[in-house]
Amino acid sequence: MSSILLQVIVGGLLIGAVYALFSSGLTLIWGMMNVINFAHGDFVMLAMYAAFVVWTVFGGGPLASVPVAALFLATIGILSYFLLVRHIMRGPMIAQILSTFGLALLLRYSAFWYFGANFKTLPDDILGPPIVIGQIRIDAPRLLAGIVGLVVCLLLHLLLTRTAVGSRMLAVSEDETAAQLMGIRPERMQALAWGLAAGSTGIAGALIATFFYTSPTVGESLAILAFVTVALGGFGSVPGALVAGLLIGVIEAVSAYWIGPVYKDVIVYSLFVLVLWVRPQGLMGKV
Amino acid sequence: MMRRSIILGILAVIALTYPILTIESPVYQRLGALVLLAAIGASAWNILGGYAGAISVGHAVFFGAGAYAAIAVYTHFGLPPIVGAPVGAAIAILIAAIIGVPTLRLSGHYFSMATIAVAELVRVLVTNWEFVGGAQGIAGPAVPRTVMDLSFISAMPYYYLFLAVLAAILFLTWRIERSRIGYYLRAIKDSERAARSLGVAAGRYKLYAFMLSAGLTAVGGSLYAIMFTFIDPESGLGILISVKMLIMAALGGAGLLFGPLVGALILVPLEEISNSLLGGKGAGLTFVAYGAIIVIISRFLPGGLLPLLMELFHRKPKAAATGEQREANRVA
Repeated sequence: MSSILLQVIVGGLLIGAVYALFSSGLTLIWGMMNVINFAHGDFVMLAMYAAFVVWTVFGGGPLASVPVAALFLATIGILSYFLLVRHIMRGPMIAQILSTFGLALLLRYSAFWYFGANFKTLPDDILGPPIVIGQIRIDAPRLLAGIVGLVVCLLLHLLLTRTAVGSRMLAVSEDETAAQLMGIRPERMQALAWGLAAGSTGIAGALIATFFYTSPTVGESLAILAFVTVALGGFGSVPGALVAGLLIGVIEAVSAYWIGPVYKDVIVYSLFVLVLWVRPQGLMGKV
Repeated sequence: MMRRSIILGILAVIALTYPILTIESPVYQRLGALVLLAAIGASAWNILGGYAGAISVGHAVFFGAGAYAAIAVYTHFGLPPIVGAPVGAAIAILIAAIIGVPTLRLSGHYFSMATIAVAELVRVLVTNWEFVGGAQGIAGPAVPRTVMDLSFISAMPYYYLFLAVLAAILFLTWRIERSRIGYYLRAIKDSERAARSLGVAAGRYKLYAFMLSAGLTAVGGSLYAIMFTFIDPESGLGILISVKMLIMAALGGAGLLFGPLVGALILVPLEEISNSLLGGKGAGLTFVAYGAIIVIISRFLPGGLLPLLMELFHRKPKAAATGEQREANRVA
């Protein structure tokens, strides 16, 4: 294997861990209440702008922007749940789909109006010079993003499977009424799910902002990436999202290297349609 | 029935005389044409999304097929753009048949996601396809050669052309609504499983609705291209094209014959006013308003405005009270 290909694959794995992180949020919400948040990509976009604001106003790097973006997004997630999602969950399908779509437009074009259409970038050397391991050169922000993405994903998985809160959330996702009879408040658990999902998306967004351009419409393509990841990993499965995220990161990087950067989206979107067609339950999902 | 005919008659007279009443102000004539154009797209979307309940967020693909076909027959063969309309419709129907088979099996949210992905896929491909102008787009005849180019300075000819097409689409929809297929589609929307168990070939009828909806959307795209004589990936295939069809239908009342027209009557003037008032900055704010309207509609008025208007006139909405909405009311 040539060292360039190796470098491409490592780069793909690192970005894949970030994809996995923000897709975990989408899959968590889907698993809890069978609602797709079409504004998910725009949650990432907001987090990226949050990181940008933290840098330009306070001069803070990722250490400051990650917690700020996480808290900011968690608040937005919980607000979205209480003000909007809670009310439309049992409504007609078109209202469910439209509501988060409307939220997406609202967020996207508020950012457009406030920050303008121009791309914003954080300084390349925000975390110092690239790190060289053997023949592989990795930009420090990408390395940090990959590691944090992986760790937060695993923490989220442990929270859902190994703690009492996680069990309660699982109970609500399986049967709301039964959970209620056991003294669990479904609304609290669902609000918590939105908070966790949006919060982890916030972390992912703040990390992506350190090496990717920020623009109001960036959420559009990120949302589709999250859809692909979630569909491939299985709707509702956080470990599935992790595996699928890493896989998609690598597929994207390798196809950009072999076929050309323009066609990496074509490959990934085709993969999405193919997965929905052939295996709608995903790699690790339950039907 | 009598009263309904009278109301429809009055509306038809208003629609027919509108350009003559506004003969002094080209701006209003143009606005009227734009409303009708938007209503054509939204009404075409309504056949699949409103009646069959499959919420497509990828109809821009079909709109783009019509728009690109109209301009491409001019740039490559020197034909009048209108010749491209049937070509575009045929391509759209073909695409619908190909992507409909795998995606229509998906329910609810899955279908919407799949259509978004297909639309983005096509957008990326067209952006890199030089035959149709790539990212720059392609332009139609700059100067009309014959009347067949349908290039007019006044908006009035466009108005009547669009009105005729919209009337044809609404008539077709009305016939479908009353036919066996119409009942099948609404049964599928209420509960696909129940419809299937009663012997409705749900997949087949959804596919028919998809193909018809796609072909008519392509006609809307061709008309757009004929009026604006330019098309690029953003104006022909952008996600906002799909979203606008969806919003107009939902605002007026998805699954109602006149729902999309009511939505277009509200949203198009709103967009034009905010664009002209706010200028360049307005584009962003217009869509902020769009977003807010969608959120409010879906939160407080999931059936759309038309049922509400009909209630004001003490009339029961005809097709609106589907089981799904009754369910929503019961829970609320």
